[in-house]
Amino acid sequence: MRQAHSMVGLFMLTFKRDLVLAYRRKSELVNPLIFFLIVASLFPIGVSPEPNFLSQLAPGLVWVAALLATLLSMESLFKSDYEDGSLEQLLLSPQPIFLVVLSKVAAHWLLSGLALTVVAPLLGVMLFLPAEGMPGLMLSLLLGTPTLSLIGAIGAALTVGLRRGGVLISLLVLPLYIPVLIFGSSAVQAAVTGLPLDGYLALLGAMLALALALAPIAAGAALRISVSG
Amino acid sequence: MAQPLLSADSLFCERDDRVLFDGLHLSVSSGEIWQVEGRNGSGKTTLLRILCGLNSHYEGNLQWRGEPIDEVQDQFLTELLFIGHQAGVSAMLSPEENLRWQCALHPSLDASLVSTSLANVGLSGFEDVPAYQLSAGQKRRIALAKLYMSSAKLWILDEPFTAIDKAGVAEKESLILKHVERGGSVIMTTHQDVSPHMPLHTLNVEQFTSSAREW
Repeated sequence: MRQAHSMVGLFMLTFKRDLVLAYRRKSELVNPLIFFLIVASLFPIGVSPEPNFLSQLAPGLVWVAALLATLLSMESLFKSDYEDGSLEQLLLSPQPIFLVVLSKVAAHWLLSGLALTVVAPLLGVMLFLPAEGMPGLMLSLLLGTPTLSLIGAIGAALTVGLRRGGVLISLLVLPLYIPVLIFGSSAVQAAVTGLPLDGYLALLGAMLALALALAPIAAGAALRISVSG
Repeated sequence: MAQPLLSADSLFCERDDRVLFDGLHLSVSSGEIWQVEGRNGSGKTTLLRILCGLNSHYEGNLQWRGEPIDEVQDQFLTELLFIGHQAGVSAMLSPEENLRWQCALHPSLDASLVSTSLANVGLSGFEDVPAYQLSAGQKRRIALAKLYMSSAKLWILDEPFTAIDKAGVAEKESLILKHVERGGSVIMTTHQDVSPHMPLHTLNVEQFTSSAREW
């Protein structure tokens, strides 16, 4: 009982710690959001500002932008802890590592994935996404972005010991993001055309459940390898 | 004879095709202070990281209270305090925030002693200052404050006194003495002179490289 209590305490304290850390490094807080907005606004400029064309492109576009923004923010997840030695202390804790990883990912998602989900309708309007598509967009992002953060954590943990891990994370993680992208953008597409969303959302939920169960353990093992090297 | 707390048997470690040590034996009993010696780059830090389980690139046996360390990992970790080369202090957090998180990670640290320990290391008044505004020595002191809070049996300290002033070193040395009098053990590396009344055992890492160099 006491142990369960201390595990909840560790989860909450790590969560709070990471939020405080993110708040004090404000650039990391807003960078993914600005990146998200800029990437999405490049397409009307670079391809075509034609409303019909953009509204067709919008579901996939918002999803790709969200995916890249999450990826961009992933690298910093364990970086500073690795550099200042906090990660060593974490690995030498008798408490389960996956718990701390899960807590860090939760804090990270709150500031990246959830923030992206909130901003997404703005991009939707900008790209002439029909209003019927908005609920689908928000719901699919809400279910999909935690999966992106969890999978990204594995990549971040594997590359944390490398001096330039940024590109390598993308190579490792992007292929694993593809299923989320497929079902996420399909959900938005379905919402636009008025088809039922349930199937897509169920699949996104299943992927989230799988990632929730396995990714923290994999990331914990990856951290051990990175620190050991 | 009492059972040793931590024992290492025929440890072998190689890095970048260079043998750091081969056939290294170490047996640490309760109440002992071990100082690991050697030139820069001779593998002191590597040895300490192997002993506490951060580095797995080695061959040989490690035992905790007579059992293979992999099998009693949890018990070993609850009784271990490690202060590494990097202090494990996050620069964006205040000393108090840093220590509170460490307490949650390590049940052997007593969270109710955070403020008295910070006062003990001379950081009272700095509790809420982010660590990046503190000097190198003060940052180190945040990590060393854990020595006042720890009920762990084995302390593994890697260069604990870097950037610490003389009075601070003397205080920590008396703390280490108290810890071994209570039956704890310490394994540490330091380049500074340790006061002569410390009951010190020394282990020179370089002794164990010679046999390997021939091939």
